[in-house]
Formats: sequence, C-alpha cells, structure tokens
Amino acid sequence: MTTPATPRITVATAWLDGCSGCHMSFLDMDERLVDLAQKIDIVYSPLVDTKELPEQVDVGILEGSISSESDLHHAKEFRKHCKLLISLGDCAVNGNVPAMRNPFKLADVIDRAYRENVDLQPQLPTVGVPVLFQQVRPIHGCVKVDVFVPGCPPHADAIFYVLNELIEGRTPDPSRVTRFGA
Amino acid sequence: MPPPAPQPNVRVVTLTIDGKDFSARADETVIELCRENKIPIPSLCYMDGLSIWGACRLCLVEVVGQGRLVAACSTRVAEGMNIRTNTERLQRYRRTIVELLFAERNHVCSVCVSNGHCELQWLAQKCGVDHVRVPYRQVRNEVDSSHEMFRLDHNRCILCTRCVRVCDEIEGAHTWDVMGRGSDCRVITDLARPWGESETCTGCGKCVQVCPTGALVKQGTSAGEMVKDQHFLPILARRRHAQ
Repeated sequence: MTTPATPRITVATAWLDGCSGCHMSFLDMDERLVDLAQKIDIVYSPLVDTKELPEQVDVGILEGSISSESDLHHAKEFRKHCKLLISLGDCAVNGNVPAMRNPFKLADVIDRAYRENVDLQPQLPTVGVPVLFQQVRPIHGCVKVDVFVPGCPPHADAIFYVLNELIEGRTPDPSRVTRFGA
Repeated sequence: MPPPAPQPNVRVVTLTIDGKDFSARADETVIELCRENKIPIPSLCYMDGLSIWGACRLCLVEVVGQGRLVAACSTRVAEGMNIRTNTERLQRYRRTIVELLFAERNHVCSVCVSNGHCELQWLAQKCGVDHVRVPYRQVRNEVDSSHEMFRLDHNRCILCTRCVRVCDEIEGAHTWDVMGRGSDCRVITDLARPWGESETCTGCGKCVQVCPTGALVKQGTSAGEMVKDQHFLPILARRRHAQ
C-alpha cells in the first residue's frame, strides 16, 4: 500500500429529504470516478459503509431538503464537521418537490398520503421514522452553506466541474454549468 | 400605450454604452438600441411588438451623472447619454429581483412543463442565482384548467402582463386583466371568471406563446414539453402598427 504524495481531500455525503437522484448523478461521472478516487477519499456516504461522520472532513455534500428532525440533525452535524458545505441539487438548494407540501397543512398531507389514498390498512407509520416538520426548508434555511449546485439532478458534468474546481483550489461558479430544474 | 408609428424624419443622436459609441434614432428606447447591437440586457415584461410596461425592473441601467437607475425599456435615447449596462450594482439588483420572483410564488422548475424553455429559469442562471437568499412565501396559488386547450397556473406567474397586452393590442379581444394589489395581484380572464367560461377569449393562444414562464401553457403538456413559439408577434405587430 502506497501513501499518496499529497493528502487526499476527504468528502462526506448524505441524503436528506430527496430521491437519491443526486447521488445517482454523482455515480454517473462514470470513468471520471477512477481519477477522482486518486484525489478524494469518500469517508462517509450512502455509497460507502462508514457508520459515523469523522471529526474533521474537508468537503460535505448534502442532497435533499430539511423536512424532519433527523434531516436537521444531519445538516447540523455536517456543518459542524465539514470545512466546506455543498448543497447538491434543487431539494437542497430550494426545497424543490419536497417543499411543494409547504402551502398545505402537514396533517392534511399525511392524511392524503397514508389514509385517503390507501386501500389496505390505512395507518400512520410510527416506528423508526422521524417526526416531520410543518415546513420543508432548503439546507441554507437552517445552516450556512458555502457552495450551491442547483439542478434536478445536477448533471454529472456539473458535479465533476464543482469537485474538480475545489480540488484545483479554485472557487467554482455552478451557474456556468447548471441551473434550477436542469 | 401603443408604440408610436415610426416617423419619416427623425433625428439621429449619438451616445455611449459601456464605453462604446453608438448612433441611434431619437425615437428609439435604450433597450431597442441594445438589442440591435447585441448588448445583453435582461428583461421579462418587455417584449418587442407589445407596448411598454416597465414592471419587472430587470432592464435597469445606469446613466452616468444621474443618481437613479432607469428602465432601459421605457427610456428614450438622448444626445450625449452615457449608459452602463452591467455594473456590479446592477448585477446585484438584478440578482435580487430574480430571487424575489422565485420566493414570491412556487416556481418548481423540475416539475414545470416549461422546464428548459423558461425565460425566468434562463435569467436566473444568467444572473448567477444559484439559490434564493430570502425565505419563500409558501402561499398556495390556484390553477385554472377550465379552458379546453390552455391552462393557467398562478404559481408560476410573474405578473409581466405580456398576456394582457398581447390579447388587447394584437388579438383585440382584451380577455386578460390584472386584479388586486401587492401579493394579492393576479391576472384574470373576463371579470375574474374561469377561463373556460370566458365569452371574450377567442382561443387564439397568443397569451400562451408570449408567457415567459409556465404560467400559461397548453393542456396535455408534461414536464419540459411546453416549447413556446413567438414568431407571430413581430410580424403581426408590424402589420398592426403600419395601418
């Protein structure tokens, strides 16, 4: 086992109230992932097996919006332990589809999802699920975010551009490569 | 206010835009001159062929020596004018205006029929709006699907009034109007009756084509399918004003 000449950039990712599409788009970087793996270490993510966020991480990437106590906890943990925090995708950046419930009362939304449209055993799930907030918020509605990468999902090229700029020590300008809804 | 018919003998003025010299007809507006010379100025309510509205304020420019900013769409060129179209202050204001438009109603680009063909979405990217710094209002707005061919989604309306003007000035039907003030402001058909029950609407669809967002769309389109065709407008507007 050889030690890399320069220490690799550590990256943590998490998936809050989203569909995992942004993580799929991350994987869509395809063969570029091989090169990236020489420069970054994914230390915590749904893509790897680590169970705990390390004490100090260089780059944190959050997909999804903040819709529950669990999401908020994750976002705060990421902010605390990551030097740089990225909102990845429209749900993280602007609430997107999860936030479409905001104009409605939470109780009405839950009724609609778990009772009205259910044929068999309509019931509220209570075990192992976090309590939902009345309002869904983008990540920066709760914690400070450093880089915003909109898109639903952001294209793999956009994610690669942002990561590569950061690796090269530059400040990425995501509006050059992606947009809301992209 | 319909655009005035071009006069045969009109003076020519010279002015400076972003440090370059230009000459223009004295009856031209700043935005017209900029568009002719491919100087990009963002705008949403302005549309070539329709009367001037001056509502969106995105086309604000600086006139050197003048403290207040002016809307390029409603300001005529003048001799010796020195205009700046893209200063840091203007970029900051434009960005804020676009953010406020997103925060006011529910523009969820990813599930919009106009995704990829929307002027607001495009402008947000151009102005570097990669997130909205103010809290979203999160107010529920109605959708009127009563018309057999078209649909009105107030969630995506930015009140540019292109629909109001094209219906009145080009189609001559005046089905559309604006009702209410402030955050209650919305476009209406006839006297705020459902669009499908309108007695004045001719079903021509001009309002749908000029709408910059997904507020006015064809029925039956799904996400990203609503491509707008605005070619008719300059042709009809020229003929209308030539009469």
